[in-house]
Amino acid sequence: MTAALAIALVALATSSACALCGVFLILRRLAMMADAISHSILPGLVAGYVYSQGPNLVTGFLGATASGLLTVFLVETLTKSKRVKEDAAIGIVFPALFALGVFLVTKFFDNLHLDSDAILFGVIEYSPFDKFLFGDYDLGPKSLWVLSGLVVVNALFLKVFYKELKISTFDPQLARSLGFSPSVLHYSLMALVAVTTVGAFSAVGAILSVALIIVPPVTASLLTYRLKTMIGLSLLMGASCGICGYFLATIWDVSVSGMIATTLGFAFALAFLFAPDRGVIAQVLRRRRQQTRFLAEMLVVHLQSHEGTKEEAEESRVEHLIAELKWPEYQAEKAIGVGEQLGWVVRHRDRLALTEDGRRTANVVSKR
Amino acid sequence: MSILQDLIFDYTLRNVALGCMVLGIVSGVLGSFAVLRRQGLLGDALAHAALPGVCVAFILTGLKTPVALMIGAAASGWIGLLAINQLLRRSKIDSGAALGTILTVFFGFGVVLLTVIQKSSAGTQAGLDKFLFGQAAGLVEEQVLTMAILSAIALAIVVALFKEFKVVSFDSEFAQSIAIPVHLIGSILSFLLLIAIVVGLNTVGVVLVSAMLVGPGAAARQWTDSLKTMIFIAALIGTLSGLTGAILSVTGSKIPTGPVIVLVLSAMVLISVLFGKARGVVWAALRSRRRHLAESAK
Repeated sequence: MTAALAIALVALATSSACALCGVFLILRRLAMMADAISHSILPGLVAGYVYSQGPNLVTGFLGATASGLLTVFLVETLTKSKRVKEDAAIGIVFPALFALGVFLVTKFFDNLHLDSDAILFGVIEYSPFDKFLFGDYDLGPKSLWVLSGLVVVNALFLKVFYKELKISTFDPQLARSLGFSPSVLHYSLMALVAVTTVGAFSAVGAILSVALIIVPPVTASLLTYRLKTMIGLSLLMGASCGICGYFLATIWDVSVSGMIATTLGFAFALAFLFAPDRGVIAQVLRRRRQQTRFLAEMLVVHLQSHEGTKEEAEESRVEHLIAELKWPEYQAEKAIGVGEQLGWVVRHRDRLALTEDGRRTANVVSKR
Repeated sequence: MSILQDLIFDYTLRNVALGCMVLGIVSGVLGSFAVLRRQGLLGDALAHAALPGVCVAFILTGLKTPVALMIGAAASGWIGLLAINQLLRRSKIDSGAALGTILTVFFGFGVVLLTVIQKSSAGTQAGLDKFLFGQAAGLVEEQVLTMAILSAIALAIVVALFKEFKVVSFDSEFAQSIAIPVHLIGSILSFLLLIAIVVGLNTVGVVLVSAMLVGPGAAARQWTDSLKTMIFIAALIGTLSGLTGAILSVTGSKIPTGPVIVLVLSAMVLISVLFGKARGVVWAALRSRRRHLAESAK
């Protein structure tokens, strides 16, 4: 396996693992919880390393998971006490735990190759436990194993608890009446987020692993209403942006994790603008279509109300429309154009006449 | 007594302490509004979103001019804020997901720019890292002065617009009905929050800014039901944790200042939630216990 292939595979595995655990997180509106957990795993990770007296995969994972769950517990306790709102609770708990982590690092790993800057930087990708750097051939495969394992674990979790997750996410009351424990599922999902973040941040850093967890499912949620499609799209987007980001970073010689996040952001922006049903452009077009349709409806109602009266000849003149309805000329032309297109009106020189269809529409509209 | 002497005469400690106290005051005051408006996590998102702007300012000016970097940070944070507002207005994405998306994408793009800078100028980049990840222990007089001036401006605006801020924070619909430009006032509040964030980035760094903004306000809320008192207490708590953190870290150990400040602050939040005069959990428990005893005695 060449170095480049190993790195590309790690990028693929990381983004897949993250996207898998992100879907339900987004559906449960817990995106910022992922951000909080990604920081607050630090003290647990350090405690795990202290216990094993050095970087160790198993104790690190256990410690990190424990402090991830502690975060969730603390936030819930504070919120339930009704003294602090949830956003404020998250905003205070994760920095506190992160600060504790930095404190533990200085206390116990000062003799390791740790310059004070690395702590002040406060970003985990600079931390001494980052054994794996993109481009480091020797450790690449090991990280690949961990992350592939996480893909399997996350996929299994989704597969086994799919029904439970689905029901408890979309209809918590039904879930409770069916006898699932929402909090057990909640904490399992959070534990999964913690484990995935630990695995991912050795590869892409804490904040960028959050990008991989939340951006693909958020984007997918703009594109589909179906849960299964959403999972598939998240995976696809995570994987393709992971690979694209990696190659772009190699070409431009910049940070791989940063480039992956940037690629994700670009894909998100595309979906936000161009999504077929909920994209910004689709919304604008829909609104415009509704506006012109409304004009055409006004036109047929106007024509119908004067049909058969002695003013009909005068009222159906195009210029008169402009004068009486106070429509600017272009608007009148547009309404007439749409009316003709829909087969509601026909134009004889400067006179307008309703068709059968137009009369029917006018009746429907005026009853509305 | 030697600590007191050092605080006044030791150049480093004086700067660190002053810097942390400035941060404590400005973040306490503006964070109070953020807490009331349920924008506790907005500060965190905007702090991260500031990274690309700092990098661009660095690339453009090529110097470690603190003011240029601060302007860059604020500009980029502002763009992030606009983007978040657009996402919330034009899609059904919930606020957490919108914050998270903007936060991570902006930060990721910033990391890309950071590597560009690293390549072009190897030696100077350390200063940039310090700007983002906090350098309370390395604050120099010029920075403290800049931070103090920025904060003074922000606080003056708070005093001038206090009534408007109050109404908008508590009841924006009522504010609208009495012809207060809610949108504009909200934007001014967000802009002032950005000032607090920029000061915070300088001092405790991108990760811990969130605590500095949320902590004092959330703690102060437990002691009083009046906004003015809450803001004073928040500023006091912010200042005290800044000062204590600075003293502990500079005199006591090698532990960096930012985390110590946040740990002290977290302890104050915990104490306030438990024992706060107005809403403390312990008093509430005692009251309900007394009521319970009184009822069972009947």
